[in-house]
Amino acid sequence: MKRTSVKNTDTENRQRSRKPRGQVNAYFTHHLWVLVSSLGVLWRTPLATLMTAAVIGIALALPAGLHVLLQNVQQLSTGWEGTAQMSLFLKPDVPEKRIQALVDKLRGWDGVAGVRYISREQALAEFRELSGFGDALDSLDENPLPAVLVLQPTTGAAEPAQMELLLGKVQKLELVDLAQLDMEWVRRLSGIIEVGKRGVLLLGGLLALAILLVVGNTIRLTILSRRQEIIVTKLIGATNAFIRRPFLYTGFWYGLMGAVLAWLLVAALLGLLSDPVNRLSFLYNSEFSLGGPGLETVFILLGSGITLGLLGSWLAVGKHLQAIEPS
Amino acid sequence: MRCSAILAATEICIMHIFLFVLHIGSSLFPMIKFDNVNKRYPGGHEALSGVSFHLKPGEMAFLTGHSGAGKSSLLKLIACIERASRGNVIIDGQNLTRLKSRHIPALRRKIGVVFQDHNLLYDRTVFDNVALPLIIAGYHQSEVGRRVRAALDKVGLLGKERLMPVTLSGGEQQRVGIARAVVNRPPLLLADEPTGNLDPELSREIMGLFEQFNQVGVSVLIATHDHDLISRLDYRLLTLRQGKLERDGQTAELQMHG
Repeated sequence: MKRTSVKNTDTENRQRSRKPRGQVNAYFTHHLWVLVSSLGVLWRTPLATLMTAAVIGIALALPAGLHVLLQNVQQLSTGWEGTAQMSLFLKPDVPEKRIQALVDKLRGWDGVAGVRYISREQALAEFRELSGFGDALDSLDENPLPAVLVLQPTTGAAEPAQMELLLGKVQKLELVDLAQLDMEWVRRLSGIIEVGKRGVLLLGGLLALAILLVVGNTIRLTILSRRQEIIVTKLIGATNAFIRRPFLYTGFWYGLMGAVLAWLLVAALLGLLSDPVNRLSFLYNSEFSLGGPGLETVFILLGSGITLGLLGSWLAVGKHLQAIEPS
Repeated sequence: MRCSAILAATEICIMHIFLFVLHIGSSLFPMIKFDNVNKRYPGGHEALSGVSFHLKPGEMAFLTGHSGAGKSSLLKLIACIERASRGNVIIDGQNLTRLKSRHIPALRRKIGVVFQDHNLLYDRTVFDNVALPLIIAGYHQSEVGRRVRAALDKVGLLGKERLMPVTLSGGEQQRVGIARAVVNRPPLLLADEPTGNLDPELSREIMGLFEQFNQVGVSVLIATHDHDLISRLDYRLLTLRQGKLERDGQTAELQMHG
């Protein structure tokens, strides 16, 4: 009796002394094993897994696709915003000399990078060339076009507020009939884009909630179907963390699969749109073509998919695992 | 010379005192200690009332009584599946009345439990079933394989580790359950009607296994109403009747009293 108990404590001591390093190792091995085995469990029911992943994928693809489209439109408009300039239409019959003086004066102003003078004759020639209304112009007695000064702001002054200030100053000049910001509509467009972005964010928030519910419900059903297993493992001395682990990894896989599906959906959507968009931009003499989701968007997509999957399963596990106790 | 003799004598003296203290210690800290324990379920049914007993480390005992006498309740209190309504349950020096729920897993790892209906996981192999307590406790892969094979060898199932539990007979499934209960080398083994569904010969085999574990120092408590089985073995017998501990003595005494 005594001898055996001594032997027992001896082996226990040996276990204790060799446990720490092996246990850390075993901990990671176990995590890896659960990661792979939870994927294996999903793999065994491909249809059910695919359906859940597809719901998550579509819910993620909707805001992600809209986001990518908005990004494209924004890129298109920022390309123009850099070339923002101001047209000053001069009053008719201003002598050439005074115009030259004005040009020199404007060049000296802060925030003005350059001034280009388009005389009435140059404007007429340009218009004749580009518009195709040459014959109609010929029938007119005199040149209907005013002289124009095209004012190029410095990059620092290209901000909408600065431009507004400059516009006000220019309009007070005696020789100026009308001053016009050429890129007014670009700013309106960017305003619309802002509204669109906010809309995508709200839509994304709602759909994120939907994903949480879908994942949560799926995990809840899994937990209920494995009730007996949970009870047995609890009786054997499993901690809550140990029991939670496979369900969390299942949520992780759902999220990841959904995100990858969403990525494929967005790529397919852009692929289908790219041809007509290219044709449209060709009609506008533009070299614009639809850009795919950037690396950043892909990371955000994968990250939010995984986070939502984990969070959804965490909520389900937290709520339902407490209720399952051996009795 | 005389000095060293005195020293040696003192040394022996101190050693004896040490051993004596150790002896007292082991009886002061029994494996299981019930101290005037009551268990009342919601609804008013009193499953146990005023139960007190000790089970020393390395002791083996049977727990018997009619169904409904409180056997299951008593085992549930030991595994902390239920808590005592009054009195103290102390397992291996730990008072379960005050045990925080996050410490329950550590307690259960010290107790191997064998169930009547095996409670195996039927979607994994015999090996994986037996390995579960080791995986839960975080043992290293190589250690797991070694210990699982040792446990299966002990219950005579080595070579069946790759099979699924459903392909095994009832007796074999019960032996898988026993291997799972002892694989972690717990100091205490509980069994709830372990031979309930087995024929007499298989029951004797299973009991033989429990005796073997007891011989290497494991405390064993077996709840059973199989009187034929108990009468063939000479161990301590705790008899419950309507929630009270009616008799506490050797099985041989029981037979003498009729």
